Amino acid sequence: MLSRVAESVFWMNRYIERAENYSRFIDVNHQLSLDLNEDVPNQWLPLVHTTGDIELFEKRYSAPTPVNVIRFMTFDEENPNSIFQCLSRARENARTIRENISTSMWEVLNEFYLFVKDYRKVYLESAELHGDTLSMGLSEFLSTVRKSCQSFYGCSDATISHDEVWNFSLLGRFLERADKTTRILDMKYFILLPSVHDVGSTLDLLQWLSLLKSASAHEMYNQKYKRVDPKDIAEFLILNETFPRSIFFCLQEMQDALEKISGIKEGLPRNLAQDATTVYLNRLRSENINSIFDKGLHEYLDDIQIELNHIGSKIVERFFTN
Amino acid sequence: MFIADYSAKNIYDEMFSSEGYPRKSYDFVKTKMESLGGIELVKRSSSAERALMSLGITFTLYGDGGEQERIMPFDVIPRIVPSEEWVSLEKGLKQRIQALNLFLTDIYSEGKILKDKIIPRDLIESSSGYLKQCIGLKPPKDIWIHITGTDLVRDGAGAFHVLEDNLRCPSGVSYVLENREVMKRTFPELFEKLNIRQVYDYPYHLRSMLENLTDAIDPVIAVWTPGVFNSAYYEHSFLAQKMGVYLVEGSDLVVENHKIYMKTTKGLRKVDVIYRRIDDTFMDQTTFRPDSLLGVKGIFEAFKRGNVALANAPGTGVADDKVIYSYVPKIIKYYLGEDPIIPNVPTYLCSEEADLKYVLDNIHNLVVKAANGAGGYGMIIGPKASKQEQEDFKKLVKADPRNYIAQPVLNLSTVPTLIADKIESRHVDLRPFILYGKDIYVMPGGLTRVALRKGSLVVNSSQGGGSKDTWVLG
Repeated sequence: MLSRVAESVFWMNRYIERAENYSRFIDVNHQLSLDLNEDVPNQWLPLVHTTGDIELFEKRYSAPTPVNVIRFMTFDEENPNSIFQCLSRARENARTIRENISTSMWEVLNEFYLFVKDYRKVYLESAELHGDTLSMGLSEFLSTVRKSCQSFYGCSDATISHDEVWNFSLLGRFLERADKTTRILDMKYFILLPSVHDVGSTLDLLQWLSLLKSASAHEMYNQKYKRVDPKDIAEFLILNETFPRSIFFCLQEMQDALEKISGIKEGLPRNLAQDATTVYLNRLRSENINSIFDKGLHEYLDDIQIELNHIGSKIVERFFTN
Repeated sequence: MFIADYSAKNIYDEMFSSEGYPRKSYDFVKTKMESLGGIELVKRSSSAERALMSLGITFTLYGDGGEQERIMPFDVIPRIVPSEEWVSLEKGLKQRIQALNLFLTDIYSEGKILKDKIIPRDLIESSSGYLKQCIGLKPPKDIWIHITGTDLVRDGAGAFHVLEDNLRCPSGVSYVLENREVMKRTFPELFEKLNIRQVYDYPYHLRSMLENLTDAIDPVIAVWTPGVFNSAYYEHSFLAQKMGVYLVEGSDLVVENHKIYMKTTKGLRKVDVIYRRIDDTFMDQTTFRPDSLLGVKGIFEAFKRGNVALANAPGTGVADDKVIYSYVPKIIKYYLGEDPIIPNVPTYLCSEEADLKYVLDNIHNLVVKAANGAGGYGMIIGPKASKQEQEDFKKLVKADPRNYIAQPVLNLSTVPTLIADKIESRHVDLRPFILYGKDIYVMPGGLTRVALRKGSLVVNSSQGGGSKDTWVLG
């Protein structure tokens, strides 16, 4: 396939995955805030830290109020990572590779984009009139976003050949997902607990639980572990081999996709993107959660993000520029 | 509501005779639409519009209210061409394409038609579509014009005429195919009852026509687009998708050893046939315009050496020059020894002294067009123009008479059209698409363009025109 097309397919999937993750982040935080009776300061700021867009946020908004954070992450057109911008870019990428995807995929994505665009218009108008728009069907909107992402994935799975286009889709999707999982885990780092004896408190547990929910992982986690425990949660989201949002799982999928892209037959030259993925996957295999916590979870997560960026840049070098 | 308010007097209407009776070919459609009634018609029309929106068959308008995405205006009342008329149109179009192809072969080689003084040599050499670089060129299978969109109009008496030939990158065929899909959803009962000739196999004809241009086994074929900002981008990607071939931009292509390659994830891959949707002179900076940002350096040389086939071949523009157009009946006679089956619209050449005088004196009654204009630009419709506009245009013509032709204002035929919730008459033209491969294939029907503004004769989509599905019955 054309290098340009491979790049667009890759990014189209990254943006969709990003939109899906953002919608879950916001929704879980929103639900959490409804559960907390007391006023928890800075409930919303960690969310912005998590996305890595804190500088832009502070430039555009005076305070991390719920309305501001939600608006920044959903509809802000100056935020290149807002759900609206992700959808616009995913659709623009899809438009440039229309001939490589099925009509039903395009239709799902196009209708999805039109839905977000229309909702955004209503939301912004209402925000202007009433100021507080939190109650304006936010959960329903976010849930539709997630469902639309799922139907896009389902539709791609069922309507295009599982050849190169498909494998570059997986590469984009799982690279983005691995990155977002590290950020979800890191969210706890940015939540400043009021005091030391709050560790293990109801609030603490609620927050850990909400991390699991942010990764749609609480149900599968509950099947495997008996209680909500930071170490178990981190283990599940980093090292689990079968849960589709764990870092390990994502890297494995990327390795498979890269293998298929370069040809599974033996003797074919491997490439640097493949090497980088395998090296990191082997490292994950040799690790356990205690060694990770000894190093410090936040530092460890930083490290993963650097590795993911490295793999990403190898993919760009090998396939997109020539 | 359907017929009561409709008037089609002093004009050739496609649906109704001048006595107000429906024509035979429209009998069923008219009865059916009437029984559906106005409310149902409007309902189906808006559901057709929604379908087009979902499919993303849109273009973007930039204005005061920010960005606005619109669908191409589409009218749900079909335009029907009776089969007996179609038979003769099809013959006439094939005849025309054959003759124009022989003409191109001739003027870029021996130039017999010039030596025999059928066409003045200087008219050819001064045409902006005439490319010196193509002299001596031998395109694969001696075919120059593989894809043609010929614009046809009816005169007041209902006779079809050729208004112009589009031999470079004619667009609109994707709308024909999409309109048809939407119409099938909108009026299944009409399709069940009437024997409407299908158009969905056009991409297969297009593909096999392109394959015919190379001897390569399992050839690599690509549609070449100027890119996503081109107004016809949708069509380019549509055709690539339906044919199952690559869609490439200039930056995806590279020339090595006079062969064309595209940049893929597995390295360079040779391309055998390119359906180019980019103007001749933008294709290659080394041969044509050095300032082109869209071109591929060296592609013309690769084409000349037979290493890649281009459709349409470069240089075809000279044959759709509006001045050369006026010679097409003579061209047909010269190469085929036949009379043209579809006549031209009478045309005055401003390069001829007597014609020029007539045009300047009668501009208020004429349509005057630039020889290479397109999209409704570079033209004036005399009766609709102000005195000042007429004077200004006369100056343009006097400064460069070779570049202008004039034609009487044709009273284009009309078709009932749903405007808001009323049926009104609107002018239409017809662009059938013709493919020249092993045989010549004419798509049954074509793109009917509608001038949506009341009384307007300008059907171009760039000027706010819309389209209708075109049905050839039987």
